[in-house]
Amino acid sequence: MIDLPPPKAEVLARRDAIVAGLQAIVPGDGVIAEPLRLRPYETDGLSAYRQPPMAVVLPTSTEQVAAVLRFLNAEGVRVVPRGAGTSLSGGALPLADAVVIGLMRMNRILDVSFPDRLAVVEAGVTNLGITKAVEGEGFFYAPDPSSQLACMIGGNVMMNSGGAHCLKYGVTANNLLGLKFVTIEGEVVEIGGGHLDAAGYDWLGLITGSEGQLGIVTEVTVRILRAAEGQRAMLAAFASTEVAGAAVDAIMASGVIPVALEFMDRPCIHACEAFAHAGYPLDAEALLIIEVEGSTEEQDALLARLRDICARFDPISVRVATSAEESLAIWKGRKGAFGAVGRISPDYLCMDGTIPTGELPLVLRRIGEMSEAYGLKVANVFHAGDGNLHPLIMFDANDAESFHKAEAFGADILKLCVEVGGCLTGEHGVGVEKRDLMPVQFTPPELAQQRRIKSAFDPDWLLNPAKVFPLEGALSPANPA
Amino acid sequence: MSDVAPLAPGTEEGIATVLRNTVSPILVEGSGTTMGMLRPVQAARTLSTRNLAGITLHRPQELVISARAGTTLPEIEAALAAHNQILVPEPPDLRALLGVPDAPPPTIGGLVAANLSGPRRITGFALRDAVLGLRFVNGAGEVLRSGGRVHKNVTGLDLCKLLAGSHGTLGVITEVTLKAGPAPERTATLVIPVADEAAGIAALSTALTSPYGVTGAAMLPKGARAGEVEGPAALLRLEDVEASVTYRMARLRAALPGGAVLEGEDSRALWRAVRDARPLEPAPGEGVWRLSVRPSRAPAMVAALRDGIGARVLLDWGGGLVWAVAPATAEAHAGVMAAAAAAGGDFTLFRAPDSLRAAVAVIPPEAPALAAIASRVKAALDPAGRLNPGRMRAGR
Repeated sequence: MIDLPPPKAEVLARRDAIVAGLQAIVPGDGVIAEPLRLRPYETDGLSAYRQPPMAVVLPTSTEQVAAVLRFLNAEGVRVVPRGAGTSLSGGALPLADAVVIGLMRMNRILDVSFPDRLAVVEAGVTNLGITKAVEGEGFFYAPDPSSQLACMIGGNVMMNSGGAHCLKYGVTANNLLGLKFVTIEGEVVEIGGGHLDAAGYDWLGLITGSEGQLGIVTEVTVRILRAAEGQRAMLAAFASTEVAGAAVDAIMASGVIPVALEFMDRPCIHACEAFAHAGYPLDAEALLIIEVEGSTEEQDALLARLRDICARFDPISVRVATSAEESLAIWKGRKGAFGAVGRISPDYLCMDGTIPTGELPLVLRRIGEMSEAYGLKVANVFHAGDGNLHPLIMFDANDAESFHKAEAFGADILKLCVEVGGCLTGEHGVGVEKRDLMPVQFTPPELAQQRRIKSAFDPDWLLNPAKVFPLEGALSPANPA
Repeated sequence: MSDVAPLAPGTEEGIATVLRNTVSPILVEGSGTTMGMLRPVQAARTLSTRNLAGITLHRPQELVISARAGTTLPEIEAALAAHNQILVPEPPDLRALLGVPDAPPPTIGGLVAANLSGPRRITGFALRDAVLGLRFVNGAGEVLRSGGRVHKNVTGLDLCKLLAGSHGTLGVITEVTLKAGPAPERTATLVIPVADEAAGIAALSTALTSPYGVTGAAMLPKGARAGEVEGPAALLRLEDVEASVTYRMARLRAALPGGAVLEGEDSRALWRAVRDARPLEPAPGEGVWRLSVRPSRAPAMVAALRDGIGARVLLDWGGGLVWAVAPATAEAHAGVMAAAAAAGGDFTLFRAPDSLRAAVAVIPPEAPALAAIASRVKAALDPAGRLNPGRMRAGR
């Protein structure tokens, strides 16, 4: 279990007054303090960690968020922002003395402009909700994390979420124009707007992916894109992960960047096939799912090229979808991968390191060796085009030793990612999960620099404490340079 | 500006040593091509990264290239071209626009520090989006890294984005790692004569809201010309594999009849001219501004710039980017500020005499709450306030 900081006794002692203060700002049922009703907020997508907060407040407007932050800042109360609670890194894990600010009631679409190719939405609108609001005109919002049905755009901004299709369209940071941002002092600030590349410091870029360390986002202006005429997938199966890795390199160097390029290893193929019956070849060591976009003619031309590239690597089999239905069948196993692994093992940890794609065979071999050494099974599924790995480490949550081993195994994988030139997290964020590994990737001066920037926004370190930065440095203002 | 020869160490440690051992303000630059932008810096010494040269890592199959900050744009483009790759944001060469046509070419560190992007910006990627990692030296002389050399990385605060566009006020960039993209197999441009800006932006919007993946959407106004192409005309670029360009050009022409198509080098030359804002050709006494706005508000803003200060313009990014040229006066600057504010957009003063640049707000003022944070962020990176003081805003 991860260490959480001790609660501030003087804050817990004032609990009733703090709750009353919140109720004065957000009337009705917008403040939750009964222990039973706090239970849904005690964890997020990283459900191994649980801690009920002191209270939850559910504001319905930017003005309420500002008033809540002003009040909590004056009271010295820690704040944990929360969207849908789908973080896989514990980004929304509460503290016993913290107030969770849940943004799910701020779920209005405020403006859509097709000529300007943008939408202005509140932070609690779901990722898929944006696409639903614009798809009637043939548009979509590009980043597509696998939790897109539930996850909210405010959380996407805070974690800089990715998805399977960011190989072509980029991650959240590449698809934003502006934010409405509330500081810990309760000041409302407009960042950017409806135009590209606002002059001055790139606050938009700094705040995106800041994991709730700098302030709370209440409105987001996103770029919306006209969808391609269609898309189609192909599947290529290989006899070894080395060969599949070489095929990935060849595709990336070919001049044709697919919209998605997904990789599954043998355990993952078997788990997905048993679950989804997608027709995956069970004799393969590695499987690539490759998707292209465009008109039918364009899809034909691109898929023919990709098929030729794959053919150079002696594939066990290649299956090119000839219809949208066949494409869906190819994707069916991949999209159900987490659920499929969940059927084999009730508990698993989903890791999220990124590596240079050339290191793929080495990293998979080393993960296999670690799996043997730890005695824990692992299934690998990842975004191969950008080197973002998602090893799923299977363990038994009823067995404390199994869980500790799984955590240690995960940490070893992430250290390996850094060792080969990659990073700790490609799209899930540091959260609490990888907090203590930060010194593996950053030097002490680099961490101190990041902490000083955090202090510039949040001088008393009230915003989402115990996340991102190692605990010994995670609770107090950074020393001045 | 400084009369003393610039300090131009050949190593990152040399840069750090200068910063650790200097107490007075320092003008930080690459090859100095963009020093005519924004406000003039008053500093006793100049620190240049121009001697930090060379490509340090190039993995074509991973679409990654790293180079020391003083490496010039042409060197990086040539290294990528050898593997049929490009920088997707196509950073501009603004030497002619900024009145220093004979200066050495821009460095990659300088371009990133200014976050300058070309026509392909509309596809979603500014230069800052192509930055996978940075090495830099902060004002205290500490060598730091942010990001890395992989394509997806959300580990810690993204200081790459903060440094990009900070014009050397927060740190001295010493090495840049960039994401590359495949060079398009074919490029072609549809040139459509239009009546005015409203009609031109409508044509650009039709193309940009189509599924045809337009990678350039600019407009030459009446009186402007780029090579053989004369305004008023809307310009739409397609870049992709052969079959896609053929198919999509036919569809675009069906949606927007009456145009002509430029292929290959003719198309490339046209977009280099747009990228570098060549058609503007400012006279010595003229100022240059760059405004960014929602495209639908550009026609009214352009009208205001013409009526108010007699500006000549050039439009890119589907109408969202407006270059304006007018006499370099405080009145003209006030007119630009008013036009940008009325359109809900913003502006940057790119070229003017030092006297004007020192006297006006060269970018829009910040809200007080943000200004307070900005001062603290500046102090967090440059505690003594020595790096390019006053470059972006007076007193900071």
